[in-house]
Amino acid sequence: MKKNFNTTFSIIALLGLGFLFLLPFFWMVSTSLKPLNETMKLPPEWLPSSPQWHNYPDAMKAMGPFWLFARNSLVLAFLNVVGTVFSSALVAYGFSRLDWRGRDGVFFVLLATMMIPFPVVMVPIYGLFRALGWIGTFQPLWVPAFLAGAFNVFLLRQFFLTIPRDLSEAARIDGCSELRIFWQIILPLAKPALLTVALFQFMATWNDFLGPLIFLARENQYTLALGLQALQGTISGTPWHHLMAASTLVLLPVLVLFFLTQRTFIRGIATTGLK
Amino acid sequence: MTPGERKSLIKGVAFISPWILGFLAFNLYPLIASIWFSLCDYSVLSQPVFLGTQNYVDLWRDPVFWKALQNTVVFAAVAIPLSTFLSIGLAVLLNQPIAGQGIYRTIFFLPSLVPAISLAILWQWMLNGPMGLVNNLLRPFLDLLNLAFHIQLKAPDWLNDPNFALWGLILTGLWGTGQAVVIYLAGLQDVPAELYEAAELDGTSAWQRFVHITLPMLSPVIFFNVLMSIIGALQTFAVPYILTNGGDGPGRSLLFLATYIYQNAFDYWNMGYASALALCLFLLIIGLSLVTVRYGERKVHYSGK
Repeated sequence: MKKNFNTTFSIIALLGLGFLFLLPFFWMVSTSLKPLNETMKLPPEWLPSSPQWHNYPDAMKAMGPFWLFARNSLVLAFLNVVGTVFSSALVAYGFSRLDWRGRDGVFFVLLATMMIPFPVVMVPIYGLFRALGWIGTFQPLWVPAFLAGAFNVFLLRQFFLTIPRDLSEAARIDGCSELRIFWQIILPLAKPALLTVALFQFMATWNDFLGPLIFLARENQYTLALGLQALQGTISGTPWHHLMAASTLVLLPVLVLFFLTQRTFIRGIATTGLK
Repeated sequence: MTPGERKSLIKGVAFISPWILGFLAFNLYPLIASIWFSLCDYSVLSQPVFLGTQNYVDLWRDPVFWKALQNTVVFAAVAIPLSTFLSIGLAVLLNQPIAGQGIYRTIFFLPSLVPAISLAILWQWMLNGPMGLVNNLLRPFLDLLNLAFHIQLKAPDWLNDPNFALWGLILTGLWGTGQAVVIYLAGLQDVPAELYEAAELDGTSAWQRFVHITLPMLSPVIFFNVLMSIIGALQTFAVPYILTNGGDGPGRSLLFLATYIYQNAFDYWNMGYASALALCLFLLIIGLSLVTVRYGERKVHYSGK
């Protein structure tokens, strides 16, 4: 009896809250398909009188070189994913599969660096990239990815620790080099963890706003995030139907990626919270 | 050190060398340089000129700095408890044996995937004073209250009202709390079912079981999440920046320390002052994290794993 009550209560609460959480998505898509005058109707209509699909190409045109922005975002995401996965795996191997003096102390330093957020260090980093002549180029937005990210190293190290030691010992006795053990034994076994890191990094780069904002200079280098912000800022009498269409387009690749990899994704997030 | 030890040390350092480079270039050097710049007049365009503690004196007397600090601390102090309660509540609901659990979990998780730019523009629209969906849903309730109690409540113009802008941002943040829900749900599923069965046999209520079993068993996860949320909340920049069309809100109500660092560095090219601000933000993060860790050490229950 009591159990039934709990379940009924949970279902009602979940339905209500689930509805509230979906509402903004619905509103975004609904607005994106309305003609401009209907977006300003009071009280608002839930659905457009007839869906204006041309809002999407119109919004892309309003943003300027949409496909160039998309390409910039994709290239940066690709470089960041490749760089982070390989460098973080290499570093995580050094912190988990090898024994050397001072290792755990150095690992503690790595964990501590997670407490240094980008806004704290961005001024000297900007100066550094300026001295290198990299401001207004893509380099500041992908080269650092090849120098491993603390969080990803941590994630991969935890995974590498679960792989039995005997596997590498046997290979070592057979005279395998450390790099070969890393490449041919550990990496193939760590595929799920590597995929998780790749997904997280893709999202982080795709979503990044502050980095492109300070390091890029010319419009033809803009990522989608910057292009969309420019659209928001340039037009007066806010065309909400275009802004919602463009916001949907920027979100879409992330959603597609999520639904393709849902299982890995959710498992990855769940493990980040459990030591 | 024996030759064998030296060899393994060289091997280890070789493997972690990418991180060492990154650490030196993007952590250690910037922190040391920030200390130096914060003592200088520095615009990046010319060499830094030593000023002594002038930037810190200015900072102490700068009402805008205190406003940014206040906003940052208030935002963290309100948003973190709210999102923690909400996400634990959602996780507990999701942990019930209910059909379609996976669908609900996906629904609550989806908003956390939305890129900051889309999220902020969407909520700028949601929170629009006359036309926003939030107010249009709110108005019938307010009308009802007004009628019942003879009062004059009006739906706020969230992002244009200095008293409400921060709340608008907090609402936006609550919508994106899904990642924590997934983490808490995983934590709940790790709690051994025997504990609940035994407690149920002892005739405890659902609330007692929540307080005496669920919360202690979940406490390490809560602790980790709160720590990460503190670090995240204190550096908040993109969403309020975009919500205000690249500004800091009415009456600077959405000005945060990260925003003020950005403004000084890249709007005014006052890198010395920005560095002093950055160090303040860093000290705030270290300080609050240490307090949390100290507090956590006493309160967190680690089961013998």
